[in-house]
Amino acid sequence: MGKGGVKLIEGNLRHDGRRFDELRSISMTVGVLKNSNGSAIVEYGRTKVLAAVYGPREPPAKHVLLPNRAVIRCRYHMAPFSTHERKNPAPSRREIELSKVIREALEPVVMSELYPRTSIDIFIEVINADGGTRTASITAASLALADAGIPMRDLVASVAVGKVDGVLVLDIDEVEDMYGEADMPVAMAPTLRWITMLQLNGVLTHEEFIQALNLAKKGIEVIYNMQKEVLKKKYLSIKVEE
Amino acid sequence: MSMSLYVQNRELVTPGQLLCEGKVSISTPTTVYCINSKCYSAVVGLADIEGDKIGVIPLEGFYYPKVGDVVIGIITSVGLTSWEVDIRALHPAVLYASDFLNRPLNPGREVLSDYLDIGDVVLAKVENVGRGRTITLSVKGKGFGKVCKGSLVEISSAKVPRVIGRKGSMLQLLTNECKCEIIVAQNGRILIDNCPSKDFEEIAILAIKKIEKEAHISGLTDRVKEFIIKEKVRRGLFVG
Repeated sequence: MGKGGVKLIEGNLRHDGRRFDELRSISMTVGVLKNSNGSAIVEYGRTKVLAAVYGPREPPAKHVLLPNRAVIRCRYHMAPFSTHERKNPAPSRREIELSKVIREALEPVVMSELYPRTSIDIFIEVINADGGTRTASITAASLALADAGIPMRDLVASVAVGKVDGVLVLDIDEVEDMYGEADMPVAMAPTLRWITMLQLNGVLTHEEFIQALNLAKKGIEVIYNMQKEVLKKKYLSIKVEE
Repeated sequence: MSMSLYVQNRELVTPGQLLCEGKVSISTPTTVYCINSKCYSAVVGLADIEGDKIGVIPLEGFYYPKVGDVVIGIITSVGLTSWEVDIRALHPAVLYASDFLNRPLNPGREVLSDYLDIGDVVLAKVENVGRGRTITLSVKGKGFGKVCKGSLVEISSAKVPRVIGRKGSMLQLLTNECKCEIIVAQNGRILIDNCPSKDFEEIAILAIKKIEKEAHISGLTDRVKEFIIKEKVRRGLFVG
């Protein structure tokens, strides 16, 4: 029994019928917006996130430019209709922080040194929130960057591991996040084996942490392969017109 | 030379994909990077292997100006002694009035918008790419200068090499079949001019759009040739 008396684990299954190491059903699409240079929609179960990338371009505010590399600017925003109760559309403290976290998860892979004095702008809009929006956002933003043709060392895939009723589970949703004991979002560049983001909310023992990280790596590997597939599919699906 | 390849020529690759290991030379330094003698792709593109040279031709991307490139620009702002020109690069380019007029300018007496105004199209050469990424254009030379007529087609600059084709074969095909003058600028703008009729011009535009869409599928030249012939038959232009 979790906090607040919600039953999250029944036998070997979680409250939504998933196994402990099972991801939610994930879908990805790239190139969904025409005005942006690159865009992607990523769905982790009921969580739905739209990312758009503009640039490298000259930003309206010249004082943010760096002489040796491109600045990456990121805005994470939740749509007012994305939650159960209307969310005030003004950027909250949480959104400003997540914008920074997502930006820092992507900065190591983007080859920003190729474009001095420009800015790469990432806009992330959460359309429907059901837990794991930051992980879905990172996955979507990295797809959008690749779709824009911005050179990257690797794609970044991200997933969260949680501890629910004493069990480590992969890709937690909102209910598990609310009533679980711990939440650990991880972002990785799998080919280079770089961990670009690691957060932990709650308490895990040393052994649990190692286990959780391995579980996250497993999930990330699956998401990473889906990312590669969807980027290729954009071109392979173009058929020759007869 | 010790090198092991992990991809085939013209294979579709994604960022982070391992291309090869060992000593190789990179033909496209912005789209391939190496760590510990392992080379990875940095973009979505097609692997390009020629001997011991490896590269990735990007399928998306933007225009990086190089000195000597022929570009088609659109005037975005008029200054006292120069114009600011959009050439679809990361930064706007500058065209100096003294270069355009080929004589010294008297800013007290002349107004630059009399010569080129906002929205005007110029065919120019990239003269200099400065350290601060300031791009200077020049219109010296035959054929350069203000463009007054013709159709302008915009495609992704990553696909310009396909419109030109190997040793200019695709461009030659378009020129011969459509009987138009076609100028392909490196920044992805294409000028079509002096066509025999509106139909020929439209066929040329459609063919270019087809090349852009199917650029990554092999056998492009034959398909485009077929397409042009089909369009000509459909419009009743085929003679002989």
